[in-house]
Amino acid sequence: MAVMGTRMLRKEDPKLLTGEAKYVDDIHAAGELWMGMVRSTHANARIDSVDVSAALEQPGVVAAYTGADLAEGYWIAPLPCAWPVTPDMLNPPHFPVAVENARYVGDIVAVVLADSRYGANDAIEHVVVMYEDLPAVTTVEVAASGDALAHPDLGTNKAYSWALDPDPDAVQAALDDSVHRVSARFVQQRLIPSAMEPRGVLAIPSPHGGDITLYSSTQVPHILKVMVAATTGIPEHSIRVIAPSVGGGFGAKLNVNADEILAVALANKLKRPIRWTESRSEAAMSTTQGRGQVQYIEIGADADGKLTAIKAHIQADLGAYMQLITPGTPLLGSFLYTGVYACPAFGFVCDGYFTNLTPTDAYRGAGRPEASYAIERGMDLLAAEVGVNPEEIRRRNYAVGGEAFENWESPSGLVFDSGNYRPNLDKALELADIAELRAEQTRRREAGDSVQLGIGMCTYVEICGLAPSRALGDLGYAAGGWEHATVRMLPTGMIEVVSGSTPHGQGHETSWAMIVADKMGIDPAHVTVLHSDTALSPLGLDTYGSRSLAVGGVAIAMATDKLIEKAKAIVAHQLEASPDDIVLDEGNLMVAGSPDTATPIQSVGFAAFSAHDLPEGMEPNLQEQVSFDPPNFAFPFGTHVAVVEVDTNTGGVDLIDYIAVDDCGNQVNPLIVEGQVHGGIVQGVAQALWECAEYDDHGTPLNPSLMDYLVPSPTEVPSMTVDSTVTPSTTNPLGVKGVGEAGTIGSAAAAINAVVDALSPYGISDIEMPASPQRLWRLINAAQEGAST
Amino acid sequence: MIPAAFDYAVAESAEQAVSLLGEHGDEAKLMAGGHSLIPMMKFRLATPTMVVDVGRIDDLRYINVGSEVVSIGALTRHAELEHSTALAESCPLLAHVASKVGDPQVRHKGTLGGTLAHADPASDLPAAVLALGGTIVATGPGGVREIAAVDFFTGYFESVLADDEMITEVRVPVSTGGWSFQKFNRRAQDWAIVGVAVAESGKGVSLINMGSIPLRAGAVEAAVAGGASPAEAAALAAEGTSAPSDLNAAADYREHLARVLTERALSAAS
Repeated sequence: MAVMGTRMLRKEDPKLLTGEAKYVDDIHAAGELWMGMVRSTHANARIDSVDVSAALEQPGVVAAYTGADLAEGYWIAPLPCAWPVTPDMLNPPHFPVAVENARYVGDIVAVVLADSRYGANDAIEHVVVMYEDLPAVTTVEVAASGDALAHPDLGTNKAYSWALDPDPDAVQAALDDSVHRVSARFVQQRLIPSAMEPRGVLAIPSPHGGDITLYSSTQVPHILKVMVAATTGIPEHSIRVIAPSVGGGFGAKLNVNADEILAVALANKLKRPIRWTESRSEAAMSTTQGRGQVQYIEIGADADGKLTAIKAHIQADLGAYMQLITPGTPLLGSFLYTGVYACPAFGFVCDGYFTNLTPTDAYRGAGRPEASYAIERGMDLLAAEVGVNPEEIRRRNYAVGGEAFENWESPSGLVFDSGNYRPNLDKALELADIAELRAEQTRRREAGDSVQLGIGMCTYVEICGLAPSRALGDLGYAAGGWEHATVRMLPTGMIEVVSGSTPHGQGHETSWAMIVADKMGIDPAHVTVLHSDTALSPLGLDTYGSRSLAVGGVAIAMATDKLIEKAKAIVAHQLEASPDDIVLDEGNLMVAGSPDTATPIQSVGFAAFSAHDLPEGMEPNLQEQVSFDPPNFAFPFGTHVAVVEVDTNTGGVDLIDYIAVDDCGNQVNPLIVEGQVHGGIVQGVAQALWECAEYDDHGTPLNPSLMDYLVPSPTEVPSMTVDSTVTPSTTNPLGVKGVGEAGTIGSAAAAINAVVDALSPYGISDIEMPASPQRLWRLINAAQEGAST
Repeated sequence: MIPAAFDYAVAESAEQAVSLLGEHGDEAKLMAGGHSLIPMMKFRLATPTMVVDVGRIDDLRYINVGSEVVSIGALTRHAELEHSTALAESCPLLAHVASKVGDPQVRHKGTLGGTLAHADPASDLPAAVLALGGTIVATGPGGVREIAAVDFFTGYFESVLADDEMITEVRVPVSTGGWSFQKFNRRAQDWAIVGVAVAESGKGVSLINMGSIPLRAGAVEAAVAGGASPAEAAALAAEGTSAPSDLNAAADYREHLARVLTERALSAAS
């Protein structure tokens, strides 16, 4: 029974949909205390004094701490940054509670412990903090100017400069010699990740055993465990981290946060359980944000519009501190500024700057949506410059002429595993009925219709399946990129899979069961998946960078293969046959050509368990492990087409249709693929049209709530057409890539290209994100005034 | 997002609610659907020490259609207005506007009396009642009084309602003439950036979020009465307004939207 490639319903959904699943906030421990965080209301300030005495008198309050109170004896190192991208990168010490200076609105300046959540929140209002304001750096461009310093003691705002720019003179010469040249400045506004489940933490000490269990709403329990040990000094083998059901993360739970370290340190000290769950408004300040870049891109082309050179220069807004992978996040896009195109000369430089805003870090796509946006907006500008339509400029520049390829060395030097770009584009344009759309657009333009139609496309490629450990090491990342799997058959023939991948909504329990069931020829219901608890699954590198399937899923497949080999050896022994003659057919092991010897593979579990009659020297039990370290990244790609109506009287944008043809290689479960694509598209379109973390000139957040921060709902997006092409990866034996971030990587550019297309008759060639109605109205006004003068 | 401590009492009748309000003075707040009050309490923008829950007074949930007047109990949910065929026939503007408030959860909890008492200039239903020339019936310790909607709102989240008064009924005229409601926002669930309600082909025109209170667009109404075209009348839509500026819209953009939406509404209602 083929299981791979079927639209199996997700095994985890009943418990998630009925409320049976337990999130951190659902888990309680006797004697627990709630943390209440006093957060700086100033973006950059000296802390003159913190007085917690009145808070200590509030009902239910057990303790209150200033940063100075915690400076000794609670931790041995600042919060970790695992990605020093250059040897001389500046990384000011970042402790869970600020001591002398607060560096952003939301920086913790004191902590109150109380016996209830309400008590803690009431008490923090009684902590008196005296600040002495310093000039705040509230944009990356101010940071680059050096007019104010986010960390005055550093003497500069620039944390690092990182280049993928082997021959800058050649790039400049190629640009200078180009017939066509376009340049652009794009702003990647800050985004608030807004997972459905806010972050939360519960640290439970065992006062007599010495161990500590940390429940956290995290994507990375394994990384967190190592980092808790390194930060608090608690021995690593005394720490157990559990990520129970986790309601989304989008990269913002790929971190080691002040609250996690605080909970562990205080629980360890007080010998009482310590808990905290962030509120939405708190999350908008205390959880890392995404994007935050100003991008400059220059593109050169010859007379036919064929690319001659691309040069990209990025200013990255790191925020106030380096979180876990803050500095490396923009660099994940560095290899993609040439997109799916052949280009003989390429240079990329990223300057990272501190600002007095919430730290940035990974957010769905992490560097790649920004890169995809820059090149795909740039290709539309080039198309206009050359005088061809957007699909034509893409066709002329596709890698390998748009033909199928394996292992193509891209302009950045990375080798793309596989691609077949032209058929993917053709399929999307056909599904969109581009000719009909353009005819309708022409009709409206000629009629002077107040509602104009815009069609935008994005032909993205992304880099995922993070990753070969060696490559990550070359990039300065502290950890590797392997993943671990254990597959065991229990005495009754049921299967337990232990995975180091940590799901937070992706459907791992379903996909992993399908991979094993398909290989063994058994019912997926007979496979259970254990994960997200460092005691059950001690080895793992967790879930981010669209890596779970292409690394963790492959490890499971490989461990399953090993287990099948051992089962074959046992059955061969029982049948007095050679293991080489044993075949597996629909769940039965048998001597090839002798169906009468058929032995259900699930019966071998008991034989291995009882161990009464195993081959000489064979260990009992059926359990196999694999740590898989892929030889390369995976490079999914696709074509997205967005169709918008723009009301030129109000500036309102209506996304009326969306067509996505993604290629993530072989698909384990198309239903899950489509779900990932749907969500990813909405998240990318959200950046294009709605979302932006806004700050005033003092660095105060202006929209830290879901009333004002415009996460779109189903009423804002159309039913989408989601389809695919299949170009198997050459990176792994399953031929799979990753799809968790692809939707986001392709959609912001498609949406903005569509809005610009709608307004191109006004001479409008760029629109900053989000394309809000007011912004469009002002652009249209300015264009009309320009036209009339 | 954690409210300050408060006491809570359930009122079984309007009289009991009024008596509780009298007892606790301006420290008390009435809660009907709670969809405005509770968020404000969670942000600690409102910190009443006593919350009087009037949401269970089912006697005040009714829609009575008379020959000239529709009387609606103050605790009638938006969803009940939205789905009432009697209201759709007698006052389609009000039924339609109710269907555009927030999202389904808000419409199933929110009440007509609650949204009027809250006096948010960005809310939809106050503008509809205003355009229709409705009347608000309030019950206080001294009995019942009627207040014309146009006299009801006095400032941002403020009305003529006394601390110990409660809205018990809303009356709107039967109104089947040309009507339209135009609401402009960025997400369906949000408050209007600007909204316009037109009743009786432009006899009543009101504006949402164009000042500190829901506004009658007097200049537009006068122009319509004088025979102006929708475009001519709509050009006056921003007159007498004091539009706020926020992240979604500066005042000049709101004024522009008011003109655009008023023209659309008048055209649709004529």
